[in-house]
Amino acid sequence: MKLEVVAIMVIGLFIIAFAFISSSGVYEWSGADSQAEEVVSELTGDSYQPWFKPIWEPPSGEIESLFFSLQAAIGGLIIGYFFGYYRKDRAT
Amino acid sequence: MHIMEGFLPHPWWEIWLALSLPVVGYGVYRVNNLIKEQRNALPLLAVSGAFIFVLSSLKLPSVTGSCSHPTGTGLTAILFGPAITSVLATIVLVYQALFLAHGGLTTLGANIFSMGIAGPLMGYTIYKIFMKSGFNLFLTVFLAAAMADLTTYIVTSLQLAMAFPASSGGVLASFTAFAAVFALTQLPLAIIEGIVTALMFKYILQAKSDVLLKLNVISETTLVKIKESLT
Repeated sequence: MKLEVVAIMVIGLFIIAFAFISSSGVYEWSGADSQAEEVVSELTGDSYQPWFKPIWEPPSGEIESLFFSLQAAIGGLIIGYFFGYYRKDRAT
Repeated sequence: MHIMEGFLPHPWWEIWLALSLPVVGYGVYRVNNLIKEQRNALPLLAVSGAFIFVLSSLKLPSVTGSCSHPTGTGLTAILFGPAITSVLATIVLVYQALFLAHGGLTTLGANIFSMGIAGPLMGYTIYKIFMKSGFNLFLTVFLAAAMADLTTYIVTSLQLAMAFPASSGGVLASFTAFAAVFALTQLPLAIIEGIVTALMFKYILQAKSDVLLKLNVISETTLVKIKESLT
């Protein structure tokens, strides 16, 4: 079977699982990183205080998503550029 | 997998930093060699670094009702080995620590160790062993990338468990608690990452198989076999 077909099927399954779970209950869909923070405060009985704060934090969720999109865009650009380059390289 | 800024107490953040720095240093040396001796592999290095950029920016919802992201390090590990991967992972982790407040500068060493070293090392080892035994190439890439992803999150859980042992049950009980958050959420994402990496590997193979031969990623005989099955 073609790899692309398998990939689409797996991603499809993933979407169905997501749709099923989100319809079956109320979830926060928060990041696992911040959930780990909660585990830390449970384990230490709220006594642990982070001893260093981020130098700069995105002021809002919008600005945070800007930097995430920027990260993906930089990556996508580089991948697309070189695959295009390789394609031309092979054609000549 | 990011351990948040300030969340690793002394002496743990120093320990992980001390373990990671030599590997990253060796990785920089390897990248320099690549620049001097294998210039035709440099576009591939850029592509695999960009692949880490894209995948680690995607926060995906998972079966546990929370979100996490793939690492994208499996591809670089297969193509260039764990040392070079640690350099690329460091770039991404610094970007996320500075601009996104994800991870942090004090936890950088621990995060480099899990995402840039332990995961890639696992992926690289799986790839080498399975390729030697003549296993299907794309299935091998899938397994290597998925396990690199999963290992990263298991190591993160371990790092946190060692820094915060539970008052009853110790490190093991803590590990179970952290792994329940990280590893379980990650399982479906690791599968997705594996299959996307296999797809990416296929396109690289079709576009630039001669570089893969030079980098010793695949042997001549495997390449001939794969080319036949793809056409």
